[in-house]
Amino acid sequence: MRGLGGHPLVGRLRRRAERQRLIARGILGGGALRALSDRTRRIGPGDILCLVTLRDERARLPWFLDYYRGLGVRHFLMVDNDSSDGGADYLRAQPDVSLWWTDASYKAARFGMDWMNALLRRHGRGHWCLTVDPDEFLVYPHMDQRPLTALTSWLESAGRRSFPAMLLDMYPKGPIEEALCAQGQDPFAVARWFDPANYSIQKNAYFGNLWIQGGPRRRAFFSHDPLASPALNKIPLVKWDARYAYVSSTHMLLPRGLNLVYDEDGGELISGCLLHAKFLSSFAAKSAEELDRRQHYGDSREYRAYHDGLHRGADLWCSESREYRDWRQLEDLGLISRGNWA
Amino acid sequence: MTAAVRLGVVVLCHGDLDLVARLARIWADGGARVAVHVDAKVSAARLGGLRRALAECGDIIFVARRHRCSWGRFSLVRATQDAATDLLARFPDTTHVYLASGACLPLRPIAELTAYLAADPDRDHIESVSSRDVGWTVGGLSHERFTLFFPFDWKRRRWLFDRFVAWQRRRGICRRMPSGLSPHLGSQWWCLTARTLRAILEDPRRAEFDRFFRFTWIPDESYFQTLVRRHSAQVESGSLTMAKFDHTGRPYLLYDDHLDMLADSRCFVARKIWPGASRLLSRFPLPVDGRPRVDPPQPARMSRIIDQTVRRRVLGRPGLYMQSRFPRKDAENGKTSAPYAVIQGLTDIFPDFEGWLRGHLSCDVHGHLFGPEGVEFAGRPRIGPGAISADPRIRDRDPQGFLTSLIRITDRMQVFQFSPRDNQALNWFIATDPNAHMLVVTGAWKLPLLHSGMPFDDVRRVFAQLQRIELEQLDVLNSLWVRARLHHHDLGEFLRHPLPILQDVLLQIDPHSVPVAALPAMRDPTGLDGMLRRLRNSGLRPRLTGEDLPAADLPITERTAAE
Repeated sequence: MRGLGGHPLVGRLRRRAERQRLIARGILGGGALRALSDRTRRIGPGDILCLVTLRDERARLPWFLDYYRGLGVRHFLMVDNDSSDGGADYLRAQPDVSLWWTDASYKAARFGMDWMNALLRRHGRGHWCLTVDPDEFLVYPHMDQRPLTALTSWLESAGRRSFPAMLLDMYPKGPIEEALCAQGQDPFAVARWFDPANYSIQKNAYFGNLWIQGGPRRRAFFSHDPLASPALNKIPLVKWDARYAYVSSTHMLLPRGLNLVYDEDGGELISGCLLHAKFLSSFAAKSAEELDRRQHYGDSREYRAYHDGLHRGADLWCSESREYRDWRQLEDLGLISRGNWA
Repeated sequence: MTAAVRLGVVVLCHGDLDLVARLARIWADGGARVAVHVDAKVSAARLGGLRRALAECGDIIFVARRHRCSWGRFSLVRATQDAATDLLARFPDTTHVYLASGACLPLRPIAELTAYLAADPDRDHIESVSSRDVGWTVGGLSHERFTLFFPFDWKRRRWLFDRFVAWQRRRGICRRMPSGLSPHLGSQWWCLTARTLRAILEDPRRAEFDRFFRFTWIPDESYFQTLVRRHSAQVESGSLTMAKFDHTGRPYLLYDDHLDMLADSRCFVARKIWPGASRLLSRFPLPVDGRPRVDPPQPARMSRIIDQTVRRRVLGRPGLYMQSRFPRKDAENGKTSAPYAVIQGLTDIFPDFEGWLRGHLSCDVHGHLFGPEGVEFAGRPRIGPGAISADPRIRDRDPQGFLTSLIRITDRMQVFQFSPRDNQALNWFIATDPNAHMLVVTGAWKLPLLHSGMPFDDVRRVFAQLQRIELEQLDVLNSLWVRARLHHHDLGEFLRHPLPILQDVLLQIDPHSVPVAALPAMRDPTGLDGMLRRLRNSGLRPRLTGEDLPAADLPITERTAAE
């Protein structure tokens, strides 16, 4: 729709204007952030950073931090959007976490992306930055043998500035309400199933990214309107530069070249996955609350769909679900690829 | 065995001095003399650190004249020349000189390398391939490296570099090689005898050669490789350093998980080591056990694995559409991942064709996968293979993704029914896919219409609609671009010889299919002729059935029409 600008130059100018608007919004939106503990002076050159916006995720935090520390993330930059569960106190005690707090509207801040763009601009420049939600866990080729720094230094030597990782929804076998995940426990010990091959892809000509939809959410909650089902394409890992900005969640960025993370001539580029630990027992309560707050994308229609679905006692598991093993399994299925990283 | 080999090593390094210190020590501990050239871009303070770290090793010297090395330029050759000169001057009894980088890890004990060299001490181990014959280079210029001028840095002045190359090509510029030289290319990493190396360094025409090579492209892959042909009696054309490049000519990095493979390769030196590969660094070089073994390197397995990766990067997996592989139309390199079969019209002739077919083939036989009411997976589950939804709205969001995912996720061959009532979005895709087997019986949809019992006006409307769709499909099937294995019959033709046609197609789809003994129950074509005549008389032009239907009872229909 937006690509109908006619001459390619029109699109370029429009994208540039949009990028500058997003950067400006980030600078302004950053004003709403109040530092609770600013340890950013401890960030060393070449450190990999992880940026997160969160609200009431106390139970997930220990495992989340340990997971990414294990991969080689050196510093976490987190925005607490008015949590009331004591998560902020926990995070302030962590030596490698810098924490900001805000009670501004998540929706007005473009679902937190203005805050992320602000922190990326302030602290992320020149670093590889991983922007994720607290329920997203990065999986990449060779992760069992090679730390994240091996990946980023390889990407850099290959002249790449961004790394794609599609969102892979993980779910338990049996009703979601019964899938309990205790604090500090691996969520994928419970939610360890996923859909192997029901993803559809469309190219967005204007931003150049691929629009991926599918997985259990679409087949269970959105079959009446597949167009509305959530986007799964993400580009969470970027060697940040002051000129960059996330456009919509981490689905796409500007400048457009950062979104061209796929090969169009038949070859494969490197890619990973974000395992999505959304469908646990906490999900029902969370979706009801989010529905009340109406702070999510598209008038929270996603949460409305979940709410309706959950009333019917949703079990996402089906006989075609696959049990998660490791990155090699995902690569065999064609969900991720090692590209030419031998 | 002749006189003992005294090995000297030239180490060129640019960054990561910790790794360099470690590697230089490995060489020195193995009994080699080492000349380290540190890039002039490295600060004096960091160089001081390296000097201190290696201070107690007597056999390590630092090259005094440091050059600013940039990739693809003559500075790398200069650095090598100066380092080799210093090394030979400081240790005149050196018999062999090995050129290594700061990321080259010796895999086997240095003693084995010297023993290997001692087995034939006059041999120069250097890859040297004539640039006129086989294309040695990967991704980039080959013979033009010698015939054009390259004064600009490729990494920093890419634009100027490209423009200048294009301009020279247009002008037809062709530099002449100094007389007596024939251009050769090869791996940058070599091991020469001191005799050959001295001959190259002390050649009376060296100034002339240097002048020529200064403006060639990537002279570190051609300078010694060319000159060795002038001075050496015995060239063993092959590098003792295992270095693999990808399709763009960038070296592969080696990580901890390559450990076993590297140990198996029996290569003497491997590059390039990722500086964080601590397990590789602690394991290699392998300790000497007993007498040094002199078996030659066997890098075949390592090469195979890297070649596979290059294939995956360049060609990808056929039929896979994913977040980092989304080929544009006709660049798919395999539209689908495996053969499949589309059978059009048979369910209209034989109502229970699907079940009958399932009994004959060892394939997954589905109903109408693209049917308007829903996806008819075999057994009609709500969620099909790969957790693909049977909801037609989801399928029609991306029909191509639907089909390619289904074919890729299933182990057996997929066979499905098709008709003009179904989603037609993939007609071009399937017809141009060499993996597709197609049996198309056009006009078969008329039979259910004949037995539908609908009012004539409705029959006429549906008839016109389906006929239009099928005629459009025929434009595709009759085009030049068809790559599918297509069997196309019209209804009349098929009804005359149904059994041999089916037998033929089933054998092609599945060579082990059950022979066709009997046909399933068939819809009665009686009266079709009359219906067609009536449609014709109502202003339609029925086509696609064939000229000669089985004789229908003409007089009766005529009488009926008369009534």
